[in-house]
Amino acid sequence: MSLYYVQKILYDLNRSDQAQREYLDNIDLFLESYPLTDEERKAIVEPDIGLLYVLGVNGQLLMHFAALHKIDWDDYLKAMVAGIEQHGPVRAGVYTMTGAGKRFSASIEVKPSN
Amino acid sequence: MSLVYAGVCSHAPGITGRAERADPVVRDEFYANLDIMRQDIKDSGAEALVVVAAEHFANFFMSNMPAFCIGMADDYEGPIEDPEWIKIEKTKIPGNPDLSKRIITEVMQTVDTAFAEEWKFDHGIIVPLHFLTPEYDLPIIPVNINCQGPPLTPLHRTWDFGEALRRACDSVPEKIAIVGTGGISHWPATPDSGKINEAWDLDFLERFKANNKEAMLSYTDIETYEQAGQGGFEIRTFIAIAAAARGAKANVHFYAPIPIFAVGCTCAKFEL
Repeated sequence: MSLYYVQKILYDLNRSDQAQREYLDNIDLFLESYPLTDEERKAIVEPDIGLLYVLGVNGQLLMHFAALHKIDWDDYLKAMVAGIEQHGPVRAGVYTMTGAGKRFSASIEVKPSN
Repeated sequence: MSLVYAGVCSHAPGITGRAERADPVVRDEFYANLDIMRQDIKDSGAEALVVVAAEHFANFFMSNMPAFCIGMADDYEGPIEDPEWIKIEKTKIPGNPDLSKRIITEVMQTVDTAFAEEWKFDHGIIVPLHFLTPEYDLPIIPVNINCQGPPLTPLHRTWDFGEALRRACDSVPEKIAIVGTGGISHWPATPDSGKINEAWDLDFLERFKANNKEAMLSYTDIETYEQAGQGGFEIRTFIAIAAAARGAKANVHFYAPIPIFAVGCTCAKFEL
């Protein structure tokens, strides 16, 4: 379990255009210096947003990692719910799911008329 | 000179990034209130804007997480987010390192703060600036309180920090505006994004409006997490501004839940 380093990778990617280029160019080489379990490495390489969420990756890092992979907002939210359905509850951290997969925002919001 | 403006506002990335998905009536009213803040800051004659934010691992990580940090750079860059995602172009934002140094030096008389000569703004600062200083023509002094990586900065230390910021602002000849960004209840970047505990928000805002120190410091992180989500930890930024306002009462001139922005959107100004 090296959640710290999983999150560190996402932190490093978020901060640096060069790191993003190196990561996208050769993921294996980029990940070489980070101690990861096989499950963590697989989750990043795929990328498996749902599994990363379940592993405990902070959403503030994960949503930008999803954006890096051009995963749009609604698909990002769905991927986290799917991750829980597949792998069980979030294992660490403070970004757990509390709403049992319920959607709290609409695709387009319109104020109810009185 | 003195503190000439103190206020708070929300900073969620959806405010710009998912603007087209919000109800236009509520959204535009919120934007209009952010514009009132912009005008108030301008009318105050502020020569610099201190932004007390809760950043999200743009600069600070668990490798070396400060409870407090104040920027001291010539300039800053942002947003760190993908410009297409947050819908704000990358830009350079002016700082004032000499002013920062004097403020940091005074704050340090009572509170241990880290300082940083490089700082990349994430949505915690750049979204408010997009509305408050849209031309990026006012020197910014970024300030961070750790609301992200537990163990978090205790609320009572946040209050002490706000008092120290006020003393520091009053000790320099320049006119200073200060804005806190964040909160209130929200569950950002999780499947619960859009969940907002409006009752909890309104109760917090009553304590905030009255500048009731005891009531604002009475929350525990466990309670806040249960009732207001991990985003609720950002009440620290509001509390710091309340302390900096030194007993003044706040006028909350806008509050409305906007789920697609993932937060109860708020604008408030202290009557200094």
